[in-house]
Amino acid sequence: MSAVLEGHTTDHHHGPAKGLWRWVLTTNHKDIGTLYLWFSFAMFLFGGTLAFVIRAELFQPGLQIVEPNFFNQMTTMHGLVMVFGAVMPAFVGLANWLVPMMIGAPDMAMPRMNNWSFWILPFAFAMLSSTLLMDGGGPNFGWTFYAPLSTTYAPPSTVLFILSIHMMGISSIMGAINIIATVLNLRAPGMTLMKMPLFVWTWLITAFLLIAVMPVLAGVVTMMLMDISFGTSFFSAAGGGDPVLFQHVFWFFGHPEVYIMILPAFGVVSAIIPAFARKPLFGYTSMVYATASIAFLSFIVWAHHMFTVGMPITGELYFMYATMLIAVPTGVKVFNWITTMFKGSLTFETPMLFATAFVILFTIGGFSGLMLAIAPADFQYHDTYFVVAHFHYVLVPGAIFGIMAGIYYWLPKWTGHMYDETMGKVHFWLSFIGMNLAFFPMHFTGLAGMPRRIPDYALQFANFNMLSSVGAFLFGFTQLLFLFIVIKCIIGGKKASAKPWEGAEGLEWMLPSPAPYHTFTTPPEVK
Amino acid sequence: MANESNNSEPAASTENRREDMASHPTYYVPEQSKWPIIASVGLFLTMYGAGNMLIDSQTGNKESSAHWILFLGGLTMAYMLFGWFSNVIKESRSGLYSPQMDRTFRWGMSWFIFSEVMFFAAFFGALFYVRTFTVPWLGGEGDKGISGHLLWPEFQNQWPLLTNPDNSLYPGASEVIDPWKLPLLNTILLVLSSVTVTIAHHALRENKRKMVIGWMFATLVLGFSFLFFQAEEYIHAYNELGLTLAAGIYGSTFFILTGFHGAHVTLGAIMLTIMLLRILKGHFSADNHFAFEAASWYWHFVDVVWIGLFIFVYVF
Ligand code: HEM
Ligand SMILES: [Cu+2]
Repeated sequence: MSAVLEGHTTDHHHGPAKGLWRWVLTTNHKDIGTLYLWFSFAMFLFGGTLAFVIRAELFQPGLQIVEPNFFNQMTTMHGLVMVFGAVMPAFVGLANWLVPMMIGAPDMAMPRMNNWSFWILPFAFAMLSSTLLMDGGGPNFGWTFYAPLSTTYAPPSTVLFILSIHMMGISSIMGAINIIATVLNLRAPGMTLMKMPLFVWTWLITAFLLIAVMPVLAGVVTMMLMDISFGTSFFSAAGGGDPVLFQHVFWFFGHPEVYIMILPAFGVVSAIIPAFARKPLFGYTSMVYATASIAFLSFIVWAHHMFTVGMPITGELYFMYATMLIAVPTGVKVFNWITTMFKGSLTFETPMLFATAFVILFTIGGFSGLMLAIAPADFQYHDTYFVVAHFHYVLVPGAIFGIMAGIYYWLPKWTGHMYDETMGKVHFWLSFIGMNLAFFPMHFTGLAGMPRRIPDYALQFANFNMLSSVGAFLFGFTQLLFLFIVIKCIIGGKKASAKPWEGAEGLEWMLPSPAPYHTFTTPPEVK
Repeated sequence: MANESNNSEPAASTENRREDMASHPTYYVPEQSKWPIIASVGLFLTMYGAGNMLIDSQTGNKESSAHWILFLGGLTMAYMLFGWFSNVIKESRSGLYSPQMDRTFRWGMSWFIFSEVMFFAAFFGALFYVRTFTVPWLGGEGDKGISGHLLWPEFQNQWPLLTNPDNSLYPGASEVIDPWKLPLLNTILLVLSSVTVTIAHHALRENKRKMVIGWMFATLVLGFSFLFFQAEEYIHAYNELGLTLAAGIYGSTFFILTGFHGAHVTLGAIMLTIMLLRILKGHFSADNHFAFEAASWYWHFVDVVWIGLFIFVYVF
């Protein structure tokens, strides 16, 4: 089959246009994927800088460096930038690069709309960041922007925050529609649904989640805007509305959103582990069904974020048990990854290191999630650093490590060069140590009762906080090494063969490295 | 070669492409396009202008120039929509699109409508939540009724909610709209227009163009009448009933649901108008008219939303 493919990839000669306009006007899925990935990395550094401010302030007890109000702006912006600017665009970037190559499609189904989806983002984030410089400051109510903090008591810039969320939503919805149309309509002949790589499957389901919940986010910020600017009372009890209504609508979006940030990482890891275990993935079919069940369950558990808000007891019980159900399909996944490794000829190149750490550390995050899901226990944990520990364990070694594993794994295909393996390993170990040092102590401070989103704290938490700050700075600065490794790999390095990983499988490895500008303009035959 | 999809000369290569497609179909991948970046700039100017207008009116800034930014954004968006769609129409009419492309458009439109459904679902959800939980609790019902009772002891649970917990801050409406007058008329208009657009579609499939034009015209008359009566109803609500955005949660849910629905009817009516104009120009054929179908899908969607509104906002 590879001979057939190469025949087809050499006979068309449309390279990219020259200069800066290439990136502005491009309709090519690889170019757009690259744009997404670089944008995401820029946001990762920006969000990281905000986190540095937070960790510097928390290095010692007492108000040291920033004003409390500014501190709140930092936590808010950090969350928003990381969620909407770093993690989500990185996965869309990976999808752009990989989905068409994995299913044998010539490009994304709607190439021009694809460009639009991307180019909305820089504008949206420019607008969002500009609020930090406005009178009254930027958003200071947390990334979950609970009313009435985000309505009655919000700074004037909140209107721009709302509109920037609308822009990100438009971008995500169009991106998701594009991915669904591509997967459902552009698969090569013979690429049946149950032959698709899991990365494609997880993205198909993620795209569905995006289309289902981004409009709900748009709805909730619209109601906020109405309350702020047009006198309505959705979230004001004085007019018969309810601030708790805000939380319900927000978390109806918010919980699926956390799965939007993790499902594509499941897909990445499900590609990497078999490759480095040199064994096919264990339980492919169950992986597909587990992903679908997680997606379904994610719609019916949202109020586990609201156990302490004063729900009726039936609500508490229902949301507690429903949430615990998610551990079942998640467990299926972890079981399959471990079973894939079992008795495999394992080697631990950088992608595999990140993927292995993913499995272990994400599981820790899942366990703390289970603890939080126990409603009576959550009365103690809620709004403490234990929650911060939980979600950083699922997001940093989960989403972020998943992205990094994927980047190392496919970088040879994208650039035609091997990255520097030694440096990659250094990057992994420093990240691993840094992030555990930063976030593991948060479990303890949280269990001991340290509240989140607070610039100052009781003396008893001082030691753990200092450790956390050291770890955070280590993790943060290590990412500059990552930048260096990627640039080095783009510029040069050992030539990568079409299939640099012996155990790798999938259509993308049958293309030459670097992958030509246009691939599969005629669909390959998949047997 | 079939896989050379050079944008600058679509018409010239059409014939070759058609022949090639028979042997091995290719999917049309456009080369570079300027429309998306124009769209991004336009969207940004629109949002930034609108946002700053709201902020300036809130903070009392008299020298605001935000409305000019908004205006510029609107112009850019209009230019973009016109240019981008012309581009697509030209490509479609020069035969660049395969049946596979047609399926892409179908998937795209279906999922777009699904996203719109979820957008309305948020507002319907809010309506159901306040009616089943919030207002009864504020009125002192059940376990959760204690705080409402302490804060506003006088407050009575009722729907439609005419007296709000703090009625001086949010003065409630004196009366709500009678569903069996204008809303019923509007329901009839909209349901009829769904029928007429379907008849027009069937006529288009049978290539009876005169009939298409007639039924499309009827659809538009019905659609625009709906909008006219809706505006009428708003004026009545504001001037005579005291039913305003600030009339508490009843006014809030009423206007957000009917308002966004009205905006969607407007958009749908614009789409159908463009379809009528295209038909008058001789576009579409019996088996190739997805743009028309998409507009009619959208029209059915706004119709279904209206039925939900009529039942849950007006009648019950
Ligand atoms: C077994 C799976 C999981 C369970 C049972 C679970 C459970 C929970 C619960 C109960 C909370 C609320 C804690 C509180 O505020 O008191 C929570 C918070 C959170 N979880 Fe999870 N979770 C799971 C997986 C995940 C995953 C996979 C992600 C993301 C990739 C995630 C991200 C978050 C975030 C971001 C928050 C905090 C939101 C905030 O208040 O700012 N969780 N989780
Ligand atoms: Cu959750």
